[in-house]
Parts: sequence; C-alpha cells; structure tokens
Amino acid sequence: MAIEQDVLVVGGGLAGITAAISAAESGAHVRLVSYKQPTLRHASGLIDVLGYTPDGEGPIVDPFDAVEDLPEGHPYERVGPAAIEAGLDLFDDIAGDTYEGNHTDRNALVPTHGGAVKPTARYPDSTAAGLASDGRDALLVGFERLVGFDAPLAAKHLAAAGAPFDARGVTVEFPVELSADPKVTRFAHLLDQDKPIGGGTRGVRRALAELVNGRLDGEARVGFPAVLGDDHPREVRTDLAEHIGADVFEVPMGPPSLPGIRLEDRLYEALDEAGVSIETGNPVVGFEADGDRVESVVVDRTGNDVPYAAEEYVLATGGLVGKGIDSDREGVEEPVFDCHVAQPSDRYDWFEDEAFGDHRFARFGVDPDRELRPMDAGGTPEFSNLRAAGSVLGNYDFAAEKSGSGVSLATGFHAGRLAGEGAT
Amino acid sequence: MSDAESPPDDDVPSVPDDEIPDGDEFEPVQVFPDNELDLREGADDCYKCSTCDTNCPVAEVDDDFPGPKFQGPEQWRLKQKDDHDVDDSIMDCSNCMRCDNACPSDVPLSQMHNEARGEYVDQQMDKLSVEYWRNRVLANYRISAWFASKVPRLANAVMGNSLVRQVGEKVFGVTAEREFPEFAQQTFRQWWAERGGPQVRSEDKRVAYFHGCYANYNTPEVAKAMVRVFEHFGYQIAVPDQGCSGTPMYANGMLDDARRDAKLNIKEFSELVEEGYDVVCSCTSCSMSLRQEYPELFSFEGTAEVSASTYEAVEYLRIHEDLNDAISAASVDGPDLAYHAPCHARNQGLDRQAVELFRDLDGVGIEDVGESCSGISGTYGWKAEKYDKSMAIGEEMFEHMDEAEGETGMTECPTCAMQMEHGSGYEIRHPLELLEDALVAA
Repeated sequence: MAIEQDVLVVGGGLAGITAAISAAESGAHVRLVSYKQPTLRHASGLIDVLGYTPDGEGPIVDPFDAVEDLPEGHPYERVGPAAIEAGLDLFDDIAGDTYEGNHTDRNALVPTHGGAVKPTARYPDSTAAGLASDGRDALLVGFERLVGFDAPLAAKHLAAAGAPFDARGVTVEFPVELSADPKVTRFAHLLDQDKPIGGGTRGVRRALAELVNGRLDGEARVGFPAVLGDDHPREVRTDLAEHIGADVFEVPMGPPSLPGIRLEDRLYEALDEAGVSIETGNPVVGFEADGDRVESVVVDRTGNDVPYAAEEYVLATGGLVGKGIDSDREGVEEPVFDCHVAQPSDRYDWFEDEAFGDHRFARFGVDPDRELRPMDAGGTPEFSNLRAAGSVLGNYDFAAEKSGSGVSLATGFHAGRLAGEGAT
Repeated sequence: MSDAESPPDDDVPSVPDDEIPDGDEFEPVQVFPDNELDLREGADDCYKCSTCDTNCPVAEVDDDFPGPKFQGPEQWRLKQKDDHDVDDSIMDCSNCMRCDNACPSDVPLSQMHNEARGEYVDQQMDKLSVEYWRNRVLANYRISAWFASKVPRLANAVMGNSLVRQVGEKVFGVTAEREFPEFAQQTFRQWWAERGGPQVRSEDKRVAYFHGCYANYNTPEVAKAMVRVFEHFGYQIAVPDQGCSGTPMYANGMLDDARRDAKLNIKEFSELVEEGYDVVCSCTSCSMSLRQEYPELFSFEGTAEVSASTYEAVEYLRIHEDLNDAISAASVDGPDLAYHAPCHARNQGLDRQAVELFRDLDGVGIEDVGESCSGISGTYGWKAEKYDKSMAIGEEMFEHMDEAEGETGMTECPTCAMQMEHGSGYEIRHPLELLEDALVAA
C-alpha cells in the first residue's frame, strides 16, 4: 500500500520548500520528502535574483531589465518575469520583516566575509546597516578563534573594491573563554543567552560591546561576522548597537551559516503553517511509471523500499553540491528519475583550465520545457506529471550569475503552482 | 522456557569467524581491525562544511568536545598512520547519530564513530578499570534486568534505596541523581506465554515482534499494547527468542557483546523473515540498530534480509493499513500530550509521525516539544561524569515541555522517556498505548 498525497516534492531546500508551499496554496495535500539537511545551511541567507549576466557583465543594477536578454533554456527564460515576481512575493510573505530589499527592483550591494560585495535582491535585516552603497564609515570586528572572518583583510578588500566609505578591521578576543576551534553556533548561542560573565552582572553582549568601544574611532556602524544570535538575532543586534552607540550589522559568512540556518527555520515553520506534511531522513531512490506518467516514487526508509504515490511530482534535489546531479568518470546523471542531462562526451570538456573559467559543469542539470518538465534528448517531456525546480535545473551558472536563490524561488513557485493545479 | 529467560551467555567471541558472506547483492562494510577497514570513500566525501558539528548536542553544551567531523573523517585520516591513538574524546560522543542525518554529503559518520569507539575500548581502555566494567554492565543492561526480573520486588526495593544509589555513584560511577526504572512484576514474555502466544492466525499478515529489553522487563504495557493493536488489525504475531538490539553496546564501544546478541537475533528473526514475517520494533533505537547498524557491522547469514524487513511499529501500520482513517474515526478521552521525537526516530524519518497521526484523533491534543535531543542517550546520562552534560542537553526539551499545553509526555524511546520524566515529573506514554486506547479499548 503506497503512502498517498496529491503532490509529492522531493527535496527540502529553497526550491522544494517554495514548490511545496506554492502547491499547497492551490488546495493540494502536499508532502515534502528530504534526505538530509538542505544546503540552505551553507547559504549566506542573501536572496539574489541576478547579479551578473551569463557573459560576466555587471554588477547588474536591475535584474528584471537583464532577464529579458537571457539565452533560451535559462530557467528565468523558461518561467518568465511574472514567475520571478511571484516567487519573490511568496518569499516576502514568509520572511516578513526579517528581510529587506522588497521596496525596489534594484539590487542591493551587501559586503560578504571576504570583503567582496554581492549584488542581491533581498537581504536579512541584520545586514541592512552594512550596505556598500551607504557612505558611512564602518568598523569590521572579527573574533580570534573564528577563522572564517579576517576583519582587517575584509576591510582592505572593501577599500580595493572601491567602496565609497572607509572600512577598518580589528580582531578581538571574544569575551567568553572558548576552545581553540569553537563552532559558529557557540558564538551565536552565547550571545542569545547573554549570561553574566566573570561572576559579575555584565552579560556577554555588553562585554563584547565594551571591547569594541575601545577600538571604535568615530565609525557610525560596526560589522560583525554573522554569528549574532540564532534564536534572538534582533535582540542581540539591538543590545550591541545600544551599548556601542553605533549601528550594528552582520557580514554573511561561509558554511555553516547562521543567516542560512535562521532562514531554514523560518521556511520550515512556513511549511507547517501551509499544512505541508514533511518527512526528512530517507532518500528517494527510484520510481514506478506507467507510460509517460510517474505512478509512484520509492523511498528507502532505512532499508525498506516504500512507495509514495501522488498525482504530481516536483524534483528539487539540488545540483552538484546537493547531489541532485551526480557524476562519476563515466558521465553525469540525475539519479532519481534518470532524466536526461546534456553533457560533452569527453570528460575533459566538462571544465576549463582557469579556476574561474566558464566551466561547462557549472551548467549541468536537467533541461526543462516552459512548464518545467524535464525533457529528454529529443525535447519531449520525460514525464507528463514531473516538474523540476532549483539547482537540479541546467543551463545556468548560479555561482557566477548570483542567481541561485532567485531561480529556486521562481522555478519553485512555478513548478509548485502547476503541480498543485494539476493535482486538484 | 525461552532463551530470554535462560541465564545469559558469557561466551564472548572476539573473532567474527562465523560471519559468512551473504549473496551477491549484499556487501557489508567491515569495520573491525584485521579486516582492512575501508571507510576511505566516506572520509573523502566530507567537504568540511561542519553542518554535523552544528547539529551535535554534545558539542552544543561542551566546547571542548571536538565534534563529529573530527571524530569521524578527520580522526579516520589521522589513524591511517600508526602513530596516532584514538582520541579519548570519542567516549564523550553519545551515539545520538544526529550527524548522520545532518550530513549533506552522505558521510557515514556514526559508523566511523562506532568503529573508532570500538577500537578505543578494545585497545586503549584499561580492562581492569571501574569505568570499563561500569560501561560493560550498563551496556549489558539485559543481563542485570534478567536477574532483577527474577525478584522484581526485591530489586525495586534495593535499587530504589537512596543509600544504594549513593554507593553506586561513589564506587561504580552510576549517577545517584536518577531513580532506577522499576522492574515489572510480570515480564512481557511471561505474559505472552501465559496467554498462550498469538490469539490471531493469518497466512499473509505476520509480524515478528522485537520487543527489546525495556518493554520486556520494565514497560510490558507497551509490548502488550503492540500485541493488541496488531491483533486488532489481524496480524499473527511471533515473539521469538531475542537478546539486546546492541544499541547500548555500540554506544559503549562493546562491539563483541553486540556481535554476540546480534548473532542470536539475526538467526531467530531471519528464520521468520524467510517464512514471510516482517520484523516490528516498539523502540526506535532497536529498529535503528537492526536496520542500519546490523548491516554496517555484521555479516551473519540473514543480516541483510532482517535489516530490509524491519520497521518501527506505528510506521509499519501507517504503510500497511489505513491508519489515518482508523484514527480519524476514533476518539479518546485525553490527556493532552507533549511529544518528543527521539534522535534515532529522527534518523529513520519518523520524527513527525506521531504528531501528524494523532493530530486527527478526537479527544487529545498533541504538540511537538521541539527538535532538541533529550540528552540521556541510553546509558550516557546514567554515567556520573556525564550526568550534568546530559541534563544540560535536555534543558531545551524540558523548557518546551513546560511550555506545552499537555502535561503528559509521549515518546517512542524508553530512555528518552526516563529523561522526560526525570526533568518534568510527567507521566510518559508510548504511541502504541494511545493507539490501543483509540482503536482496541474503545
């Protein structure tokens, strides 16, 4: 007996969550199955739409102007600007006042941990005081033992990139005694809890603020690595700002990333609110089809193969990092439905010699029609009731374009809505 | 008289010479010394994202614990040269296995931890130390429970004595903070024999029940609920001889003990699987062990078959029966419940099952108390030196239990139940007991 639902979404990252909520909004009973924790936890938490053209031009001021010129087959070209707007609207509803940037179509410029500036459409409110377009001088504060953020280096990089303000970087010892290599969540939870330190009444936040005060030289804003709280980020920031007497912002970091973890928490709450059933921990390993329809997928429940049947399916298993696209020396494949993945037959044509060259592998993925159904090599949908969303899609290089989140939202919304409508 | 009531077997085989390969489709990964362990691929899959470290409940409360990334792939690499011992912090890992679920790159972290812990205990731990024997006794809980079950009133009186507990802590390193679980006056197996075994016969609906130690000796009401619910759905139940699932043994690095019991379990259950039975567990750590750890660690004949036929009890009914419809049509008379998902249930994808199911049951409210670990992790929280850590990990769950509407707890795992009761004073129920109330008792 199969476990039944109207729509089954495979994958628990940004695209899968968006697809599940979008399908649920059409009245369908939706189940989301996810194997491991999503790579959202690796993500900066920035919601980019398009930062650079596929030819590397940019940073782009207004991504919606640039979308029209994208090549045929690009996910945005497939779904059109309306789906991009709708995906962002869905995100804005969920994120509420924890994100900013929806007042304009134009990209914001957010400094990240290496001192690079990333063009992005939405950004966590914790980064808002740090925008590179802001002319106020900034002090960047790093912590000893937190190796992912070298504040003096980041400040120099910002200056070299031509930021219209002076940035200075200092490194301080976190005011709580820590091991040589503390987890990023340790810093966040110490700031959340704000317990008194050193037997006195001074909490962690105040002690940190006092350390920074001694290093401040008139800067109007202070940037910290993005570890300012897990459960109570706003209170942490507000307290620090008050004690320091300057605006406080976070600089997004590499994995594991607190802004990504906070976003993941909020998105899973939204799934619950939308009535989506969720199962995590077991992989989808195969499927049964009848002609051009997927009848069920097979979930490997710790050794038992259990069929899950739905009217419509959304594949949102991620790209090469999330393992929605897999490769070995013989070739590149989409492992669940074995959808066609276009690839040069010679493995040496998968990449360029330059590290930041235009690698073919970066654009590996399934090739969808305008309803996001993956197509076979001849251009026919592989299945009538299977759609794909997010980085399992090919024909775009999200890392170079800075389009990963936007593509997940737009294609997740589009695939989810079509699946929901098709199933109800 | 069954094996479960016969004196425990002291013969501890140290060489797995009776393990034989099991057909073409099954390639066990050997994780024992002398068998050319190869977890190379798993170590290489780690791309150092540290997601596991941010999910580790021990690292959360103990800044000095290096975390699963070190215990797994990094230590594995260090060990490829002969000049490195296993770091003794491996004994601080509680075997919650959350790192397995966290890893976006499929690194077999808990398998690496089991292997490192086994090697540490085998080669580096003093076999004459109190710690070794304390751990050995805790890991072999079934043996103590077997003796206690012969004289349950006396055992309860002795173990409930606070002086005995103080001495236990001072001399043996078992915390005096916890009250020992009571032993039932009649074990589940005695009850099962007394009622004359299965009351329902079926050719095509057959399950073999792995009750484990706790439901036999301490909470037979859970095992009886399993029997009544499955018989309600028309299943013929078998209760074969069985030992411990092995979970407390892996967690203490006692892999030889685990192998001894696994051999019996696999023999008994694989015979039934061959006859068309599926294996059903009421404890999520038992089902975890049979499903995941058995094929990782053992290659007795029938290991793969038992693993692939094992389910948690409610999961089995959800797959094979229209349990949602049955629950929607039923009703019970309270009380509201504060549900905690055990880590090992989480790893089997079962963490939302009870809440999703009972949400549709009239007469009872159920609320998830959050995704944190209860902190007890089987024998871990019973160790005097781990007690404070265990309670610190549990703090978040206690807070959420306090905030929840319900003042009765619910969980599938017997030691999570102990911890919930210890931290909140609530009575703790098992989902099977509520199913019995809703479907059978009505």
